[in-house]
Parts: sequence; C-alpha cells; structure tokens
Amino acid sequence: MNQSNLIYLDNNSTTPTDPRVVEAMLPYFTQHFGNAASRNHPFGWAAESGVDKAREQVADLINADTREIIFTSGATEGDNLALKGVFEMYSRKGNHIITLKTEHKAVLDSCKKIEKMGGEVTYLDVNPDGLVDLSKLEAAMTDKTILVSIMWANNETGVIQPMKAIGDICAKKGVLFMSDATQAVGKIPVDPKATGVHLMAFTGHKMYGPKGVGALYVNRKNPRVKVTSQMDGGGHERGMRSGTLNVPAIVGFGKAAELAKAEMEVEAKRLAGLRDKLESALMANMEECYINGNTDHRMPHVTNISFKHVEGEGLMMTFNQNIGVSSGSACTSASLEPSYVLIALGLGDDLAHSSIRFSLGRFTTEAEIDATIEQVTKGVNHMRDLSPIWEMYKEGVDLDAVVWAEH
Amino acid sequence: MAYSEKLLEHFKTPKNVGTLDKNAANVGTGLVGAPECGDVMRLQIEVDDESKVIKDAKFKTFGCGSAIASSSLATEWLKGKTIDEALAIDNMAIVEELALPPVKIHCSVLAEDAIKGAISDYKKKNGIVEPA
Repeated sequence: MNQSNLIYLDNNSTTPTDPRVVEAMLPYFTQHFGNAASRNHPFGWAAESGVDKAREQVADLINADTREIIFTSGATEGDNLALKGVFEMYSRKGNHIITLKTEHKAVLDSCKKIEKMGGEVTYLDVNPDGLVDLSKLEAAMTDKTILVSIMWANNETGVIQPMKAIGDICAKKGVLFMSDATQAVGKIPVDPKATGVHLMAFTGHKMYGPKGVGALYVNRKNPRVKVTSQMDGGGHERGMRSGTLNVPAIVGFGKAAELAKAEMEVEAKRLAGLRDKLESALMANMEECYINGNTDHRMPHVTNISFKHVEGEGLMMTFNQNIGVSSGSACTSASLEPSYVLIALGLGDDLAHSSIRFSLGRFTTEAEIDATIEQVTKGVNHMRDLSPIWEMYKEGVDLDAVVWAEH
Repeated sequence: MAYSEKLLEHFKTPKNVGTLDKNAANVGTGLVGAPECGDVMRLQIEVDDESKVIKDAKFKTFGCGSAIASSSLATEWLKGKTIDEALAIDNMAIVEELALPPVKIHCSVLAEDAIKGAISDYKKKNGIVEPA
C-alpha cells in the first residue's frame, strides 16, 4: 500500500480503499451496471442484489435491521438529513436542538441553517478533556427539545463520548438522540440500539471503503423515527433519500463493513500498540509536549499532541515531504482560524497552533512509526532552535507576562 | 500549500538564525506578533555607529513556513544596508521574491514590522530623533 517511502498518518481525514473492496466493486461498473431501481429486467435485478447484500453487511456491522439503513453520499449528507429531517418532521413537537461545540462542521453548519429556519440550538461547552458534562446536558433540555446531536468519537482528538449515559438521559426525557459516528464505525464496536442512539450518520471512506457513499441509520421501532427527506425525486430509500443509488460504491461500502466487522478487534489492538509507542516516544524525547483530549476514552489509533513553542505548519514542513498528518494550526486552515475543537477544550490559541494529529490505520507499519518518531523529534528540535519563544522559555521568561506587540 | 523553491530553500536552510546581545548599544531588537496568533518574529540588527550600516542581522521565528522564510530573507536583505535604506524595504518585495500565496501575505507584513521595530529600537537607544 505504500508508495516508496511515503508514510500516511492522516487516516482520520480519509483512508485508502482496501484492495479487497476495490475488487468487490469492479464488476458493478461494466458487468452489473444496471440501475438498482429497475425492477423489470436482469440488469436491474443484479444491481439490486448487490445493494441488498451491502445493506445487510452494513446493518450487520452496527447490529441494525436492513430497513434501518438509508444509503447517502456520505456522513455530511447523513448529518444534514438527520438534523434538518428531524427538525422538519417533528416541528409540531418542538424546535430545540442540543449539540456540542466540538461537533464536525457538517453538524454545526446544519444547526446554523436550522437556526435561520426558526430553530433554537444550544451549543454546549465540553470539559477540558473533551467529554460532555452530563448534568449540563440534562439541564439544557426543555419541553421544546426534540433532538440531541453528539458525535461518537471526535475527529481531531479521538475522544469517545459516554454514549450509553447520554442515551439514557435522552430516553428518560423523550428526546431523540442522533450521533455522527463517522470516526467510530468500523474501528470500535458501535451499537446504536444498545446505547439508545436513534439516528446515526457514517461514511465509507473512513473505513477503507470508497469516497462518495455513506449511510444514515434510522431507528424503526420503539420509537419509530422518521426524517423529512432533504433530497426529493423518486422516493428511493423509503422516501427518505431520493436519487439513483451509487451501486459500485454501495457494494464497496458493504464489503468494507464486512471486513471491518471481522478485523476490527485485532486491528484496534495492533493500532493502539503502535499509537502508544509513537506517543510515549515523542513525550519522552522532548519536554513541553501535551496530549490533547481524554486518554482513557479515546480511539485506539489517534493521538493529538501539542509541541509547545513550535508552530504546527512549520513543524509539518520539516517532514511532510514523506509523512502525512494534520495540524490544528491556523496556518493550515483556509480561514486562518485555529482548530475550534482544541479551543473548545480550553487549550489556548498558542497550543492549538502547535498541535499535530497523528491518525494511524490498517496499513500503518511499525517501521513507519519508528521513522516518524525519528523525523518528528528532529523536526521539533530544529523548529525550537529557530523559535524565539522557546529561547525565552529556556531563559526562564514568563511568557504569559510578556506584552506582545500584536499586529 | 505549494510553496516556491526559494521559500522552501529559506525554510530548509534559514539564513542568520541566532541571537545578538540585546543590551549592546549598537544592537536593535524588533519583537513582533504573539503566540496566540501563531506568529512571533524576533529580528535583531547590529549597526556600525559611524556609517549606520547594518553589519549583522539575526532572526528567530515561531511560525509557519512562510513566516520563517520571510524573516530569513529579511535578514539577508538587511545586511550591508544603512538603517535608512532598510526602512524602505516593503513587504510586497518579500511577497514577490518568495512568491507567497495570498493567504500568507500577512507573514511578509510581520517581517516588515519586525525590521521597523529593530531600527526603531536602535534609534531609541542611541538618541536618534525621527525627523518631524
């Protein structure tokens, strides 16, 4: 999977499509190319059969019924459909949604749109370790609350929320519980029914499937949940999401789900070992390094580290000719704002600018981790040699007391 | 970010990294930016008191590739100029030389501020009054 000496540690951004998934997809381009909705000839039947199998594989991964899987173009669409779909469908019951400041933009921006449409949204703060405060969540609920939206695992820090506890509160209060589970499905056991999650968005390309396909889980019994479609035209997917199904991608998604179910446990253990090796080596090699987010409730393959007094983009440039990672630095974002997730954790802008996210994956090897430890250590030390604030820190200057000449 | 060859060169092997004695009378220090902004540049000049020529320049920067390259380039341009000539260094010249993308232009502005800051500090220490 590796091209020469390139090392990919940005699996939270996307994953390579597993060759076994590609193989499963290929026949559906030129051989079984029919429209899955064409019920009257073998071309359609073959495509439909591929979709049916994939639907079973995806449902099986999350312990759901096949009738609860709505195929979408990805998690962004799933989030939009869940949030806006519930808001519209349950408008007579209420108009209040509760979510967290650390959610993905697909959730936050959908909420902003809902506010423009007359909805009320509460954006809760999180604790410094990234976890929700359950008492604050319960206190925020009113008789107008129709939905709580909390992501299963955070994309930047890997922090896993107490889903069962949240589900219990929502059940008690009669509020629907929706989760963007993109970073968790296929990597750790995710069971919406067991946790009280009624709607769940996830995507293929975060679990070694192709890009452009995802699913929204919609609970159908106790309670029967419905969403108002956001994509109209033909009534596909039980009237909840119209549009010709992307059959090859769906078949790939199904295969990816099947592989994930079979390999998840062993893979998670292996990746946790590699992640721990990377993390502890970097923490041991250098002082003033800080891990961001709760380390007890965290995805096994993620570590988000701030290297104090070193800026993230500059640090990445010391090794990005061959190692791919992400940073929470403003300099790496098009908006020139530092990571809002890290800011919500109370990090302070300077530590947000100094953060690097390493997200390991199925094809990460120990040799790659060893090389990464070496190159990142070298890079941090080089950048600290260039950094005036590192020099000031070493001289014992209290940087918080300095009056900076900002521009 | 697709950076130019020149920028990458300055980033990989930055020129004049270091520290001058900020207490020396003929050294001017410019410290601009803030850790919260993700950009801090410290530019220092050593000036020949007679000729007012900048004999040496050193920098240290906390910032992205563009910030480091901009300040590295600034030190190269400062050496050999008089402080008046140095005041004429414009941030857009840095943008052109390094082919900075639009989203990184502010790094060159910070470098220009650092130059002016260093010269202003030298002048203050040596009782040089600005013309009215």
